[in-house]
Amino acid sequence: MRIHIRNGRIVDPATGKDTQGDLFIADGKIAEELARPDRVIDAKGLVVAPGLVDLAARLREPGFEYKATLESELGAAAAGGVTRLACPPDTDPPLDEPGLVDMLRRRASALSRARVHPIGALTVKLAGEALTEMGQLTDAGCVAFSQGNLALPDNQVLWRALQYAATFGYKVWLRAEDGALARGGVAHDGEMATRLGLPGIPPFAETIALGSLIELVRATGARVHLCRLSTASAVELVRKAKAEKLPLTCDVGIHHLHLSDMDLGYFDSHCRLEPPLRSQRDRDALSRGLAEGVVDCLVSDHTPVDEDGKHLPFAEAEPGATGLELLLPLALKWGEAQKLPLAATLGRITTEPARILGVEAGRIALGAPADLAIFDPRAAFQVSPQNLKSQGKNTPFLGYELAGRVRYTLLAGSVVYEA
Amino acid sequence: MQRNPQLNAAGELQHLLSIEGLPREVLVQILDTAESFVGVTEREVKKVPLLRGKSVFNLFFEPSTRTRTTFEIAAKRLSADVINLNIAVSSATKGESLLDTVANLSAMHADIFVVRHASSGAPFLIARHVKPHEHVVNAGDGRHAHPTQGLLDLYTIRHYKKDFSALTVAIVGDVLHSRVARSLIHGLTTLGAPEVRVIGPQTLLPLGVEALGVRVFHDMRAGLRDCDVVVMLRLQNERMRGALLPSAQEFFKHYGLTEEKLAAARQDAIVMHPGPMNRGVEIDSTVADGPHSVILPQVTFGIAVRMAVMSIVAGN
Repeated sequence: MRIHIRNGRIVDPATGKDTQGDLFIADGKIAEELARPDRVIDAKGLVVAPGLVDLAARLREPGFEYKATLESELGAAAAGGVTRLACPPDTDPPLDEPGLVDMLRRRASALSRARVHPIGALTVKLAGEALTEMGQLTDAGCVAFSQGNLALPDNQVLWRALQYAATFGYKVWLRAEDGALARGGVAHDGEMATRLGLPGIPPFAETIALGSLIELVRATGARVHLCRLSTASAVELVRKAKAEKLPLTCDVGIHHLHLSDMDLGYFDSHCRLEPPLRSQRDRDALSRGLAEGVVDCLVSDHTPVDEDGKHLPFAEAEPGATGLELLLPLALKWGEAQKLPLAATLGRITTEPARILGVEAGRIALGAPADLAIFDPRAAFQVSPQNLKSQGKNTPFLGYELAGRVRYTLLAGSVVYEA
Repeated sequence: MQRNPQLNAAGELQHLLSIEGLPREVLVQILDTAESFVGVTEREVKKVPLLRGKSVFNLFFEPSTRTRTTFEIAAKRLSADVINLNIAVSSATKGESLLDTVANLSAMHADIFVVRHASSGAPFLIARHVKPHEHVVNAGDGRHAHPTQGLLDLYTIRHYKKDFSALTVAIVGDVLHSRVARSLIHGLTTLGAPEVRVIGPQTLLPLGVEALGVRVFHDMRAGLRDCDVVVMLRLQNERMRGALLPSAQEFFKHYGLTEEKLAAARQDAIVMHPGPMNRGVEIDSTVADGPHSVILPQVTFGIAVRMAVMSIVAGN
C-alpha cells in the first residue's frame, strides 16, 4: 500500500521538527515523494506524529480474559494511536516461561494492531525467590524483566537478580515499593486517607525501596527502569542518581500526573490505583520532573478491570484503570499546562519510551517504519464508557472533556484504525 | 467534587453516611428531634407511629450486638417493621456481592437500610445504588464513620454542657482505627467547639490528623488539662499485634483513665465511652462507675438519636 498523507502538521519529536507538509509511505516505510499513491489521506488540521510507545499496558492475557483480551486491548491501543507497547508479566500464569511469551507474541502479531513487547517475570511465578531463565526469555522476545505490580524480592534476591541481569545486559523494570510498609494500605497516607478512614501507604514506602534500588544499581551496574514514580521525594532521589550517571530511567503514569488523593472524593473506586494517588505536591513534582526530563516518559499504566472488580468498597476494589486511549489526550493536556512545544510533549510518549525500550521507533525519517498517529489536537471528546474501545471502562477520568482525537493510526504503513 | 451524597437536591438529609460535610442546621435538627423522643422512651407505652408500615433492614456485615440492638429498639419505637440480617454469616460467605445483597433486599421493599460494614465507604457504595425512596443509615464503616454514635455523643455533651462554644473536648486512645473519633471530631468542629484534642501515642494517631481541626497531645495529663469532656475510645485487643503497642498494661499506664489523671480536667468534666469498655485497659472502674461518668446515659440517648435519624431520613 502506497499512501500519500497530504498537508499535515508533521511533528518529529526525535529532531524537534514541526512543519506543515506531505508524507509518503511505501513498503511499510516512510518514503520519498510518490507519483501514484493507492490512497491519499487528507491531514489538513491534523498532526502527523510517530505512533505512541507505551511502556505499561496490561492486556490481561493469559488468565484474565474476562477483564480484557488481546483483541479488545490492541483495538484500544490502535484507537489511542499507540503502535508499540510493553506488557507487564503479572498475568496468570505470569510471563515466566518462554512458551508463554512466544504464544503471546504470536497471538499479538496475528492481530497486527500494535507491536507488543512482553516484559518477562524477574522471578519464577513472580514469587520473589528464584530467578527466571532470563536468557531464554530474551530469546523468546522479552525486552526486560519485572515484578509487575507484585512485591519486590528481598534485597538478597534483588541483588542477585540485578547482578545476573547486569552480566548479560538485560534490563530490569521495577516499581519501587517496600512491601512491608505498603502492606494493608490502599491510599496515600495523608489527610484524605485519615478523613476517609482508609489504611495508608506512606510516601517513604516508595523512597526506602528506591534508596535500596539505587544502592544496588550502584553496586551492580544493572540497567534499571523505575516504573510509576508517585512521590516528590522519589523524583529528587532519581535526579541525584542521574547526576551521578547511574544507568537509571523512570516513568510516571497518566493518573499520577493529573490526579491526587483529593480525587478519591467519596470513595471513588476508580481512584483505587497502584501506587496510590498521592498529594497535590507530589503530583506537581512529577509534572515538573517530566518536563525537566528527570522523569523520562509518560505511560498509560493501562489496567482494564471489569465492573464487578470496581463495584466494591474502596479498599476491596481491584486496583487499576483503563488508559491506552487516554495517553495522548492526557499528554497533550499536560504539555499545554507546562507550555511545552508539541514536539517536546510528544517526545514523552514516543521517542523517550522508544529509547528505553531500545527500539528504532518514535521518529519520522526517511526509511523509518511507518508507524504513525494522525490526530486532531483540538477535537474534544467526553470520556465515557461508550467512547472507549477497551473492555475496561473504569477510569477516574470518566466525564472529563479531553482534547486530542486520533483520526488514523498506521502500523507499518497499514491503516489499523480510522475515525 | 460531587455533591454531598447524603443530601437530596433540597439539601435535606436523604441518607446518613457521615457527619463530615453535614450543615450545622441538619445536626441541630437531629439533636432537637432526638430531644423530643427522649420523653417517648420514658413513657409506659414507648411507641410513636411515625414509621408505621415502613420496613427497616438491619444489614450487619460485621458482627455487632449493641449497635444493632439499639437500632432495632429505635425502629420498633417508631412502629417500623424490623428485619435483622446478619450477613457476616450468610450471603457474604456464599460469595454474593454487596450490591447483589442490597438489590435483593430492595426487591423486598425496604425503606431504610441500616448498614454496618468492615470496609470504609461501603455505605456510600450502597447509597449510590439504592432506589430514590430508600434510605441508608451508616451504622459504622471500617475506620471511617459511625455517625449515629457521633450524634449521640454530641447529644450527651449538649445535654450536660448546654453549649459547645466554650468547650474543650479530649478524645483519648486509638484514634487511628476509630470511626467513633472521626465522627465526633467532625460533629464538634461543625457545632463550634473551640478546642478538640486527641491524645495517644504516635502509633494510634492517623497521619495529618491535625487537618481535621484537632490539637495533638501525647501526654495524657497535659492533654486532659482543663477539659470539659473526656471521651475514651475502645482499644481492641488485636492492637497488641502488629507492633502498635507493647501491651495493654503499658497502654493503661500511659493512657488509661484513672481518677488521678482525670484530676487534671475540670472539676465538672464528664467522661464518655462508646462501649463496650475494657475496664483496666482504657478506663479504670472507679472512673467508669464514678460521678463524672455519663456512659450509661449515652446508651439511653443513643436510642432517641437513632429514632430521630430514621424519622428524619424517612420523611425526606
